Amino acid sequence: MPDRYFNEMYHDGAVRPPYEGLEAWARDMPADLRGMKQSEAEKLFRRIGITFAVYGEGGSPDRLIPFDMFPRVFSSAEWGKLERGIKQRARALNAFLSDMYNRGEMVRAGRIPAHLVYQNDAFEMAVTGFTPPGGVFSHIVGIDLIRTGPDTFYVLEDNCRTPSGVSYMLENREIMMRMFPHLFQQNRIAPVESYPALLKRTLASVAPKKCEGDPRVVILTPGHFNSAYYEHSFLADMMGIELVEGQDLFVEGDFVWMRTTEGPKRVDVIYRRLDDAFIDPLCFRPDSMLGVPGLMNVYRSGGVSIASAPGAGVADDKAIYTYVPDMVRFYLGEEPILQNVPTWQCAKADDCKYVLENLAELVVKEVHGSGGYGMLVGPKSTKSEIELFAAKIRENPSNYIAQPTLSLSTCPTFVEEGVAPRHVDLRPYCLVGQEVNLVPGGLTRVALNEGSLVVNSSQGGGVKDTWVIAGSH
Amino acid sequence: MRLNITHRTRYQFDTPKRSLTQSLRLWPTDFDGQTVESWSVDIEGHDVARGAALRDGAGDWIETVAMRNVSDVTIAVSGTVETRDLTGFVRGLREKVSPIAYLRPSPMTRLNDPLRELSAKAVEGLKNPLDRAHALARAVTEAIPYRSGKTVADTTAAEALELGEGVCQDQAHALIAIARAADVPGRYVSGYLHASSDGRMHEASHAWAELWVDDIGWVGFDAANACCPDDKYVRLASGIDSVNAAPIRGMALGGGTEHLDVNVKVLQAGQQQQQQTQR
Repeated sequence: MPDRYFNEMYHDGAVRPPYEGLEAWARDMPADLRGMKQSEAEKLFRRIGITFAVYGEGGSPDRLIPFDMFPRVFSSAEWGKLERGIKQRARALNAFLSDMYNRGEMVRAGRIPAHLVYQNDAFEMAVTGFTPPGGVFSHIVGIDLIRTGPDTFYVLEDNCRTPSGVSYMLENREIMMRMFPHLFQQNRIAPVESYPALLKRTLASVAPKKCEGDPRVVILTPGHFNSAYYEHSFLADMMGIELVEGQDLFVEGDFVWMRTTEGPKRVDVIYRRLDDAFIDPLCFRPDSMLGVPGLMNVYRSGGVSIASAPGAGVADDKAIYTYVPDMVRFYLGEEPILQNVPTWQCAKADDCKYVLENLAELVVKEVHGSGGYGMLVGPKSTKSEIELFAAKIRENPSNYIAQPTLSLSTCPTFVEEGVAPRHVDLRPYCLVGQEVNLVPGGLTRVALNEGSLVVNSSQGGGVKDTWVIAGSH
Repeated sequence: MRLNITHRTRYQFDTPKRSLTQSLRLWPTDFDGQTVESWSVDIEGHDVARGAALRDGAGDWIETVAMRNVSDVTIAVSGTVETRDLTGFVRGLREKVSPIAYLRPSPMTRLNDPLRELSAKAVEGLKNPLDRAHALARAVTEAIPYRSGKTVADTTAAEALELGEGVCQDQAHALIAIARAADVPGRYVSGYLHASSDGRMHEASHAWAELWVDDIGWVGFDAANACCPDDKYVRLASGIDSVNAAPIRGMALGGGTEHLDVNVKVLQAGQQQQQQTQR
């Protein structure tokens, strides 16, 4: 492996401390035991039925995402910094949402262009002027991170709507504990099992003022045909709450009610795993049969809370991403702990000059492009390709942005021949209610193909258990 | 002008609906052009749970009604509004939505090439924002003359332009669409109109558009009647299109075919009556 990729386990010819407990384990594991354990893990995953795709990745919902047994490890010192950065970002994103649906101070101050917010597809006019309990719009913030060095992390994107994949975080841990209990005796691995209880507490903490007694929290799912249905029912089970579909709920008077065999029960908080457009046919798409007619009126009159708030998606849009570090400064008065991937906007003359001078090292994308169309990957392009692309940029600079080619860190991974480094990313799940919480861990995705930087499960990606070693540096 | 309004909407179902839930925007909001003197919305003929009332960011009052096993119900609106002629200017309305949020397309106002051409031609050479808004409204009046029958409730702006005729809803959608093509925010307004004695075509239950004019604010344009709303107009609700600004949005479950009967009267206090019935 070339040195330009940071190996999280082996660095400068030595094993980095957080991985010390794993070196002997991996080295001494006989190949046949490894094969046995691997197929045991697969059987366990199949038996519990966890076969869904991760948010936004598409792919077959029935395919098993490969599980790699080699854990990805952070020291508690590393995690401490990440935790502060993630919580900071989650708070800033919520402050931004609260502002955009009210006074719009950041727009008024000229710190973010108005059209990026108000003309955004994810901006919901119906929410304007409304402030949900605690001012929280995004209650579960999934922040996708990559690492490029011992102390360098970048945020790839934010997920403020209903990020999925947390059931993998929990199941990966469960399975590792069942298969390798001694690893958990030898290493002080911080637990992630508290996530469901913490999620329930977070959701209960944003119950509306009108709520009497213990808040009733439910998960609203589009149904069993949804690719993440497993996760919906898993989380409902773990939290001990009802999993409902739109038809199980109805609006009457000032509240939302759940049909039960013992008569209607009032619902206080709805954790919806359904896109905005479908949650209420009287406010959004009139043809949606998945939602609850009248839900938005109850929500906006303070009779029920919805997590995440309709319209929360405006904060995790690609065009908004560039402005998140500035949100941290604007709303919190702090310097961002986590950095964005540096992005040069060719619309700006200085940026454009830099991009044209450094095309061979950069990835250049069309501002509104997707799927790799109209893109230049500098290090993989010929001189004439680069020259042709430079001409296109000069012709219409504002159509292009550029980023460095990202050197995702690697983590040892079990492969045919034994153990080899493979590229990884990380999605932690930050919970925002009356308080902000983060369990020590997340979902590590790994690009299983040699040399691949693509961790998506649809393109050869797998998942790993993610450890934070307590009290380590 | 003092206008007395009655607006009755009767739903009949040949077999009862298991449930009917509606979101109502049937309350006019005060602004410099209108003051509501009295207003009531009653649900007649059936037990109803009312609630979840709010004022939204656009300034509209909204209420929710829920009924079960409905076969015959009437939503009865009546009230008196004092109106003033502001030549279309929507002054003094308390609202919080950024005007540029209305630059987003909706299914009813999606642009196509003929709409873009109509827009470009209308504002060609015009700099003054108010002149441009007037020119856009005039273009719709000319391209889509008022005639009922050909268009239906879900006819889009593009379809109405192709048909070359339509009703107030189609004209409002077309105006919002071509305004957006010219970077002018536009929105749909549903309301009431008092017929004058000039014998021209009017609808008591009416719709028009408002366009955002820089340095002035929202200004109403009624392309159906080639004018700006005056004291004969009562403004009820607004939104991005007719679906969004509908005075009644409902969802019924179970049961049979719906028969709808709408009756709207807008009378000047103490004068002869105007009546319109839609079936």
